[in-house]
Amino acid sequence: MDWSVIAEYYPRLLDGAWTTLQLVVLSGVIGVILAVPMALARLSPNRWINIFPYTYIFFFRGTPLLIQVFLIYYGLSQFEVIRESILWPFLREPYWCAIITLALHTTAYIAEILRGAIQAIPKGEVEACRVMGMSKFTMYRRILLPRAFGIMLPAYGNEVILMLKGSALASTITLLDLTGMARTIIARTYTPEEIYIAAGVMYLVISWLFMIFFKMLDRVFNRHRLA
Amino acid sequence: MNKWLKAGALAVATLASTAAMAGDKIRIATEGAWAPFNYVNEKGQLAGFDVDIANALCAEMKADCTVVAQDWDGMIPALRVRKFDAIVASMSITEERLKQVDFTDHYYSGGLRFMGAKGKVLDTSKMGLKGKVIGAQRSTVGGQYLEDKLSDVVKVKLYDTQEAVYLDLIAGRLDGAISDELPTYDWLKSDQGKNFEYKGEPFAKNDKIGIAIRKNDALKQKFNKALQAIIDNGTYEKINAKYFPFPIY
Repeated sequence: MDWSVIAEYYPRLLDGAWTTLQLVVLSGVIGVILAVPMALARLSPNRWINIFPYTYIFFFRGTPLLIQVFLIYYGLSQFEVIRESILWPFLREPYWCAIITLALHTTAYIAEILRGAIQAIPKGEVEACRVMGMSKFTMYRRILLPRAFGIMLPAYGNEVILMLKGSALASTITLLDLTGMARTIIARTYTPEEIYIAAGVMYLVISWLFMIFFKMLDRVFNRHRLA
Repeated sequence: MNKWLKAGALAVATLASTAAMAGDKIRIATEGAWAPFNYVNEKGQLAGFDVDIANALCAEMKADCTVVAQDWDGMIPALRVRKFDAIVASMSITEERLKQVDFTDHYYSGGLRFMGAKGKVLDTSKMGLKGKVIGAQRSTVGGQYLEDKLSDVVKVKLYDTQEAVYLDLIAGRLDGAISDELPTYDWLKSDQGKNFEYKGEPFAKNDKIGIAIRKNDALKQKFNKALQAIIDNGTYEKINAKYFPFPIY
């Protein structure tokens, strides 16, 4: 083992870790925003409304993330229409392709987690809202969604950490995330053990940061349990 | 007591004989994504110049060889941990690689060259490349040249396979790519590559391609002897002619 390569290359690994962090946070935020209407539509008793989220979730949960990354990066670019559209400046960049794919992928999972959480809210609380005379919109905005966020937090934290690891697939489309950077360094130094260990430690640190963050969120959303 | 001795002797004999047999069994790795040198054919088998050379060498050595596919950037680490015994995958003999593995004598020579879309100007001088997006396969001589010599002026994009470089050329994400001249020669003639051409002259032409083996492995001498033999008896020339109308040794 030659540990000096880590000393030499860790600034570049940190660059990669920064890209990884951006991928996970940006796609995670977009994912949550898209997941709310998706979960609500999924809960609708109207078939014509819930068929769309159902199909969407079926597709994104049922296919490997790697295939989705390839389809969006290499697949879309095969079409002349797309290459000439206004979206091309974004779709041209591996960075945005990775964020779009990760966001679409995690949306499907978050929507399912959120749907489960909404359904897990005790019936009494829903009835209490109705007794108060709340409209459906107020009920969701003030009671059900905040409650559901509290319930889903542990599962959502889990999903974010899964996405952190899934983001390594961005390295297959030329993005220099933590994994991509590690592979590029190894291509030069031929020291896979040392560099992968260093990259692994950085992934651990990032997921540890996420765990702390979710613990803090838990204190806010579930403060009723602390008392 | 005697019985145990016999059993022990038998075990030692068995071990010894498998060791002797293992000497004739050689596992050879290639990439399978570097046409026409190594690729996967319609039948799903590994084929190409490298594979033909490997088979010819094995026939010459009367060895029992299996050719396996391995991702390019894990090639040398996998050789070192004995996943296979030799790499016949168009690997250039470089100083950095020589620190990790040994090479046989070279079995062909190459050089680098730029390529880009027909009808678009690509000035391949360092000044002319300023601001361009240039791709190459990660962990290749071309990729390293790009990082070492040009990363201060161009935007470097590194791919896992050469095929992915071609895909992104077609998609228009790259202004150009650096690759070994010979595999590109084949692609430019293909349907996919017909809208692209070489840009500029070949460079880094002292590129020698050899077979990588673990350090101090006796296979080196065996391969070298066999290589000389297939060059002398004309087998090499036949394989060469199958892929290129000019000698590549």
